[in-house]
Amino acid sequence: MKVAISARGNTLESGIDSRFARCAYFIIYDTDTDSWEAYENKLAAERGGVGTRNSQFLLAKGCEAVITAGNVGPNAMSVLKSSGIRCYGTNAGSVKEAITLFKEGKLQEI
Amino acid sequence: MIITVFSGKGGTGKTTVSTNLFNVLRDSGGVQLVDTDVEEPNTHIFFDVSFSEQRPVELLVPKIDDARCTRCGICAQECQFGAIAIGKNSSVVFATMCHGCGVCKMVCPEYAITEVPRPIGVVKFGSIYEDGDYIMGQMNTGELSGTPIIREIKRLIDPKRLVIIDAPPGTSCPVLESLEGSDFALLVTEPTPFGLHDLLLAVKTVRALGIPAGIVINRDTGTFKDIDKLSEREGVPILLRIPFSKEYAMLYSNGKLLTEHVQELWRAFEGLYESVKGLVK
Repeated sequence: MKVAISARGNTLESGIDSRFARCAYFIIYDTDTDSWEAYENKLAAERGGVGTRNSQFLLAKGCEAVITAGNVGPNAMSVLKSSGIRCYGTNAGSVKEAITLFKEGKLQEI
Repeated sequence: MIITVFSGKGGTGKTTVSTNLFNVLRDSGGVQLVDTDVEEPNTHIFFDVSFSEQRPVELLVPKIDDARCTRCGICAQECQFGAIAIGKNSSVVFATMCHGCGVCKMVCPEYAITEVPRPIGVVKFGSIYEDGDYIMGQMNTGELSGTPIIREIKRLIDPKRLVIIDAPPGTSCPVLESLEGSDFALLVTEPTPFGLHDLLLAVKTVRALGIPAGIVINRDTGTFKDIDKLSEREGVPILLRIPFSKEYAMLYSNGKLLTEHVQELWRAFEGLYESVKGLVK
């Protein structure tokens, strides 16, 4: 299953970005193969429509869950929910840690 | 002739200038006051306006037929405003984010998109001194952009009349829309560093649009000389200085027109109009 994490950097050691759609990077992690890729968030500084457009991007990448440190905005949330994507919040210190917690089913759904 | 009053910085006295200029010209006939500050129209406060008509302004927003939609996502890709998202089983349209450009409908290969009107505000017509001499726009609460309302107002004004437009603050889309097609721009500023900074933005704006302009300094104390320097450097003349006065501030805050109560200002605003006439190409 592919999971998108809003990250402050482009490695698994990076912290979790509390801004979902305006995070610095999205790390998309495949829990079946333990492979991952980091995508710079090119929309981070845009004026509007960031939540919807980035949600669309994650959908296109085939993500089925989203992990962030803060909240997911209402527009992004309605896009994600309409496609059955689950959103999780965490206070984990790194992307790696968040993924471990996710695999263990210890993350809270938002 | 269209004279647009704008400022860059908010709260410098756009409404003071536009309402008083309109007031002193009322006897010349055919003058129209137009308020394009659709987020916060306030020129009507200074007059006893009798409103006669109100027209809704609508934006065409997409409606997606989910039965025809194949979720190809082309519309969402092409939308510059992120107003459409295509999910796995359904589509989501964010109507308040839509600018009504219609590109989604154009690119949809399945003809699954139709456009439906969504009201975003109104244009109100009224009379102050003579029939139909007042127009204002008002945006609905919660809307993000008033530009389409301003566009509609601009379509409805009569350029054969002498039109005074009270524009919104700033130098962004609603201001550009207000300025478009104007014969002259009055840049209202205040003698502060902030006023100076935004005056320069305003000067650059009218220069980019090729509109002749003049400066009005409001609340002038005579001690801040940087605006004079800017005027000289940029070649934009200072046409009027309204002195800083507690009396003026009190009149304004009571919804009173300065030119009705202060004789020198009546003459000063008449002089302002003469200067503008001399500068219009």
